[in-house]
Amino acid sequence: MKKGIALLLVAAMTAAMAACGNSANETKAPAADTQAETSDVQDTEAADTAADTQAEASGDSDKLIMVTEAGFAPYEYTEDGQTVVGVDVDIANAIAEAMGKELVVQNTTFDGALLAVQQGKADFAAAGISVTEEREKVMDFSVEYATSKQVVVVNKEAGRVDSVDALSGDLVIGVQTGTVADYYCQDEGWTPKAYGKFMEAAMDLKNDKIDCIIMDALPAEEMVAANDDLAVLDGEVFTDRYAIAVQKGNQELLDQINAVLEQLIADGKIEEFTINHTTK
Amino acid sequence: MSWFQDIIDSFTAAFIEKDRYLAYFEGFKMTLLISLFAVIVGVVIGMIVAILKYTSMRKKGLWLIKLITDLYIGIIRGTPVYVQLLIIYYIILTSRDTPAILAAVICFGINSSAYVAEIIRAGIEAVDKGQTEAGRSLGLSGVTTMIFIVMPQAIKNILPALGNEFIVLIKETAIVGTITVMDVTKAAQNIGMSTYNLLPPLIITAIMYFVVVMVLTKLLAIFERRLAQSDRR
Repeated sequence: MKKGIALLLVAAMTAAMAACGNSANETKAPAADTQAETSDVQDTEAADTAADTQAEASGDSDKLIMVTEAGFAPYEYTEDGQTVVGVDVDIANAIAEAMGKELVVQNTTFDGALLAVQQGKADFAAAGISVTEEREKVMDFSVEYATSKQVVVVNKEAGRVDSVDALSGDLVIGVQTGTVADYYCQDEGWTPKAYGKFMEAAMDLKNDKIDCIIMDALPAEEMVAANDDLAVLDGEVFTDRYAIAVQKGNQELLDQINAVLEQLIADGKIEEFTINHTTK
Repeated sequence: MSWFQDIIDSFTAAFIEKDRYLAYFEGFKMTLLISLFAVIVGVVIGMIVAILKYTSMRKKGLWLIKLITDLYIGIIRGTPVYVQLLIIYYIILTSRDTPAILAAVICFGINSSAYVAEIIRAGIEAVDKGQTEAGRSLGLSGVTTMIFIVMPQAIKNILPALGNEFIVLIKETAIVGTITVMDVTKAAQNIGMSTYNLLPPLIITAIMYFVVVMVLTKLLAIFERRLAQSDRR
């Protein structure tokens, strides 16, 4: 056995030694070239298949990739730790159905989801994304499909903040990285503590490490319902609206998404989805 | 004893309810898969880099190769693997249908290769110079000496360290959740967020990592002892 491994290694070494004759940058450069080439080829292929609807369903063109961050119940969350469900997933399913494609849900961080859609790694991002000027510069948005209030969550016992108006830069405010609440705090000149997941902020709030969290109303209510120590303050910090983000310039997909969204809104389906995911 | 009941309840919720344990095992399978393939990629690239570096260190004429290998190892060891992962997934492999697992394997493979290169080089250098001299004075060529005299001894130094590299990778891959791969850490985060209690799933995950790493460490120790049997020291 040992001898076998040794022989194998020796063989590999000899092969590598033989390659020594060529210069080192040659051995690496082709690899890089082929990589660049393949990705180029894939890109053009993807573009071709997208343009040419007649083309046979090759590769993943029959899949619709949605990217999200599954820590935002009821919009996106997991029940069993693996499968992402929620209002946004229901909407995405409706879109995929209308397009006759198979929906693939990718779960990453919130800022990662925004990056993925900008880079075209996913077809669209649906993660309770609010439309802001900065975001509109780098991606395109669908019609807005939900309204959400930004509220303040506090630790009941510690009682460090008693009203929405009492927010100030002196408080330690928790937010999720890259969310509108994060930008809001920065615009106000406050330095919020930015977390990857709301649950991490909630843990710190429970342990009285931070004074409050600014977040969306529905997820906040879900969070407070599951944590006796936490409470949502009356009133709202500001209101925002959610939309689905697509890569800049992908008008074709955007039109299809908008058509489905408008239909869903007209049918009252989105309220239905929301109720399904909030009353359990 | 109600606090004790609370703890039991929270762990039951984190592990058994809604078949959540499946998520941990699926996740751990992914963790092991990525680590295993990454270490294979790492060994292949690492071996090439190590040999290039070892040869170029001994020949003045090959300064360019030495510079390139030094740069390669330096850059990869000098930047955080998390940053490398983000760069590879979001900037280099931008094609829409690149599986995230592939990006993870490539990233951790390349990252690991720099460390493996140094492991292999150190393993070769740890073989006494007298071995090479003896081989050469018996009339063997440089390459033959390397393959039949130095390498078999060097492998004994290298293999245990490679096992360690695998163990390190298992723990390092905990960050692949960022690029949409469902590994065990990501599963724990998902479960923590759906039960609104982050701690129990994280503890379960920690235990899983710990048990696997312990088992592998033990196996490695046995393997190392087996390799040392032929040593008459």
